[in-house]
Amino acid sequence: MRRKPFPWHITVFLAPAVVIYTVIMIYPMIASLDFSLYKTIEGGKHVFVGLGNYITLLTDPLWSKPFWNAFRNNVIFFIIHMTLQNPIGLFLAVLLAANIRGAWIYRTIIFTPTILSVVLIGFAWKLILSPTWGIWISFLDKIGLANNDVAITLLGNEKSALITLALISVWQNIGIPMMLFLAALIRIPPELLEAAQVDGANSWRIFWRIQFPLIIPTVGIVAILTFIGNFNAFDLIYAVQGSLAGPSFSTDIMGTFFFRTFFGYQLRPGDPNMGATVAGMMLLIILIGVLIYLYGWQRRMEEVQF
Amino acid sequence: MSGKRYRWLRVLKTGAIHATLLAYSALVLFPILLILVNSFKAQMAIFNEPLKLPTPQTFSLDGYKTLFDMANFQHYFLNSLIVTVVSLVLIVYLGAMAGWALAEYEFKLNTFMAIYLALGIMVPIRLGTVGILRLLAGWHLVNTLTALILVYTAMGLPLSIFILSRFFTQLPPDFKDAARIDGAGEYRIFTLVLPLVRPALGTVAAISMIPVWNDLWFPLILAPSEKTKTVVLGAQVFLGQFLNNWQAILAALSLAMIPAVILYVIFSKQLIRGLTAGAVK
Repeated sequence: MRRKPFPWHITVFLAPAVVIYTVIMIYPMIASLDFSLYKTIEGGKHVFVGLGNYITLLTDPLWSKPFWNAFRNNVIFFIIHMTLQNPIGLFLAVLLAANIRGAWIYRTIIFTPTILSVVLIGFAWKLILSPTWGIWISFLDKIGLANNDVAITLLGNEKSALITLALISVWQNIGIPMMLFLAALIRIPPELLEAAQVDGANSWRIFWRIQFPLIIPTVGIVAILTFIGNFNAFDLIYAVQGSLAGPSFSTDIMGTFFFRTFFGYQLRPGDPNMGATVAGMMLLIILIGVLIYLYGWQRRMEEVQF
Repeated sequence: MSGKRYRWLRVLKTGAIHATLLAYSALVLFPILLILVNSFKAQMAIFNEPLKLPTPQTFSLDGYKTLFDMANFQHYFLNSLIVTVVSLVLIVYLGAMAGWALAEYEFKLNTFMAIYLALGIMVPIRLGTVGILRLLAGWHLVNTLTALILVYTAMGLPLSIFILSRFFTQLPPDFKDAARIDGAGEYRIFTLVLPLVRPALGTVAAISMIPVWNDLWFPLILAPSEKTKTVVLGAQVFLGQFLNNWQAILAALSLAMIPAVILYVIFSKQLIRGLTAGAVK
């Protein structure tokens, strides 16, 4: 019996992508997890400590305080995106799907901030809200809030800095849920909507009875994308508040905490092992989110469909 | 009920939709235009009349002049351009090759490979930063553009492969079968089908471009040297240093925004198609 020749062409097609992906992405990820199980002692030697670094991170007040602070801030950051960005994105998508003239112009404009660098957007807003420029203050003056200390220094005080940054991020990224929802809404057969209109249903009813149930899969995708994006965010906070995520760490999220731990700040030297540990925790958080989405949400969706 | 009243309701509804979308568009455009417009003004006018367009008296290009004197922006642009273009070519072509293999051939590890490669869509590459830095430092690639290109290629490949393999699957089989009967080899067939998915290639390039061009994290960590700075990192450093020179800061912001906006206008069709294609399961 003749054996089939080895399929060299398949290997040739797959190898470059698989090699780059494995060497640059998967291997470092595993190496980083492995590295989080070691401690570097004097002389640059690595000593295996098992889950010791993770226990330190979660229990030693020196580490656990900033960790839980960053985690809590990140949860708030995520909640603001879920309650504002995604519903408003959906609302805009419903308006854009309503067969009006010039919808593509609105769509293009609203998506514009999304393609710009977070650094530029963050800095632009920092200037606009800056008391030096005076644009924000004169606006506050018009609405009668010119004497409100918090409103004057939105980015400079602990009460409002995190929420303000989250709102800037919402402003920038709203185009993504809008586009995803719009794509889903356009796929709904127009006959369904026309039939409902003929029956005298108003837009509100049509949305809740027909459009929303049909785009629920997209709601899940948008939620998990928001979750991954938020728990991996870094650029905006770093660009606007620096790696210290001020004022007094009130805008610190997992990404900035990871950066500081890894590279150090002020007089504190960086600790690559603890940095890898923080990255390991971030990976765990994201994986838990993805698993909840895949098993909790998607499986239930399948049950509903059949 | 009269048809007239129904028509009126419709007009009213359309008007309300336009008004809402116009208002939201204004909220989007106002900050961007504010920065652009004020970058062409003299320092005094920036502070005294921020909401006015530049007049012959207040028009000034000093900010841009400072920028070209002080910072290496042309050089940063070149770096960003090299990194983005080379990464995109690799993401698109290597992604097409792998996507083709997964879509066209049945082999033992097919499903495993597809899942293995798709992991990278969900898991952010940043979480491996400690490992990436150690690996690339070992190869003496820190502070090179090669380091950035490698990382962005690895970052972009999973989604590229996922989208392109779906497009290859949808190709009608007649064309490939005809080519095979004519005696074309597998490599030749790949070069023949590639033009058929050209819109998909453009789509993948468009959605992969934004995170590469705009990234701050990896330039900051892997290539922060003056020689290898990208526009975003260069802007970040420059903006932090010139806090008092508002003309220069506004010019820097505008200059960094304009190329992205131009690219966006050119590629918005592919981009939007890509966003929606990537999301559809």
